[in-house]
Amino acid sequence: MSEHTLDARRLLCPMPVIKTQNKVNELQTGDTLTVTCTDPGVLNDIPAWCRINGHEVISASEKDDEIEIEIKVC
Amino acid sequence: MSKQYKAAALISGGLDSLLAAKVMLEQGIHVEGINFFTGFCVEGHTAAIRKKQQDKPKRNNALWSAEQLGIKLHIIDIVDEYKDVLINPKHGYGANMNPCLDCKIFMVHKALEWIQENDFDFIITGEVMGQRPMSQRKETMPVVANESGAEDLLLRPLCAKNLPMTKPEKEGWVEREKLLAFHGRNRKPQMALAKDFGFEDYASPAGGCCFLTDENYSKKLVDLWQARSSRDYEMDDIMLLKVGRHLRPKPYYKLIIGREEGENKFMQGYTKMFSSIKTVSHAGPLCLVDGATDKDDLEYAAQIVARYSQGKNEDTVTLQINRLDSEPYEITVKPLAADDVKQDWHV
Repeated sequence: MSEHTLDARRLLCPMPVIKTQNKVNELQTGDTLTVTCTDPGVLNDIPAWCRINGHEVISASEKDDEIEIEIKVC
Repeated sequence: MSKQYKAAALISGGLDSLLAAKVMLEQGIHVEGINFFTGFCVEGHTAAIRKKQQDKPKRNNALWSAEQLGIKLHIIDIVDEYKDVLINPKHGYGANMNPCLDCKIFMVHKALEWIQENDFDFIITGEVMGQRPMSQRKETMPVVANESGAEDLLLRPLCAKNLPMTKPEKEGWVEREKLLAFHGRNRKPQMALAKDFGFEDYASPAGGCCFLTDENYSKKLVDLWQARSSRDYEMDDIMLLKVGRHLRPKPYYKLIIGREEGENKFMQGYTKMFSSIKTVSHAGPLCLVDGATDKDDLEYAAQIVARYSQGKNEDTVTLQINRLDSEPYEITVKPLAADDVKQDWHV
């Protein structure tokens, strides 16, 4: 199990979702991925993508116009 | 135990693709969705940029559809490959810069590649015969199947009974009798089927998910190509066509003027790629300058930007000009009179 990060700042949906999807596809079960974004649309879209693809959102937070979403690959 | 056949469904986020996938799920088919991102999808972008729309809930309708259906969704970035479809459409454009038939052929071809790579059996779409003037006519539906290479692996569950049998029907993977015979532009059958399936909330049933079908957006794209003498674009170009007022005072430069705070903030991210102008003495928009300009051009542009600021009726407005090739400087100008902002500057 390892921790990974993804910078999706300045990208508008669905690009952050596509980048997240492609990164998750490279990871192993149990790995975590923290995605940093600026499009508030990710607060809906990345959790929705995780729900339909069976991954877990560990946390989602917003600070200074940046959003961090931590995902556990399941 | 009999094999469970697998279908890849093209999911746009609209009602038809939702229903087509549901019809297949009802027949016991394993369905996974594919959603293609061309860069011109209306989905998400504009809502994300414009602050005044931020009180509305944002959702990606393709993801939402997949969640309603309980299926996986694969979102595929085809921005680069799509350029050739848009720039050189074999079957031409629709009413605007929409190459709908070539687009559908391309997407079905990409879906064919996907099912071959992922060991799926066939492709489904939400197409309805006679619903769209270009890609969903009786004459063009076989063209999509043939030119995409999908041939009889392409099944349209909502109008299959109006079309020749496909392989999934011939082989008994699906029951043709349980497929539908929708046709024409009447949306009532789809709405009734949605009700039967228990879908009460769905995206705009009239479609319209592509900026290329929009007249104003298409004009801006053509203007961009004409100004550059090249029918090409980058992702940043097509994003900026969605934002701000576009004014072209001279053939060799264009001003992109933010219309509200959300757009100004979004455009701020482009100030390292473009010269920019911002009001200092009064509240006002951010302006990006696209094209090669000299000092006189920028002074004139500053007068135009001042026209769109809170100081438009004042004698003078001070603005900061940020050129890419020099230090920022301030300039004080008289805002251009309303009548001097020529109508034909507006792209």
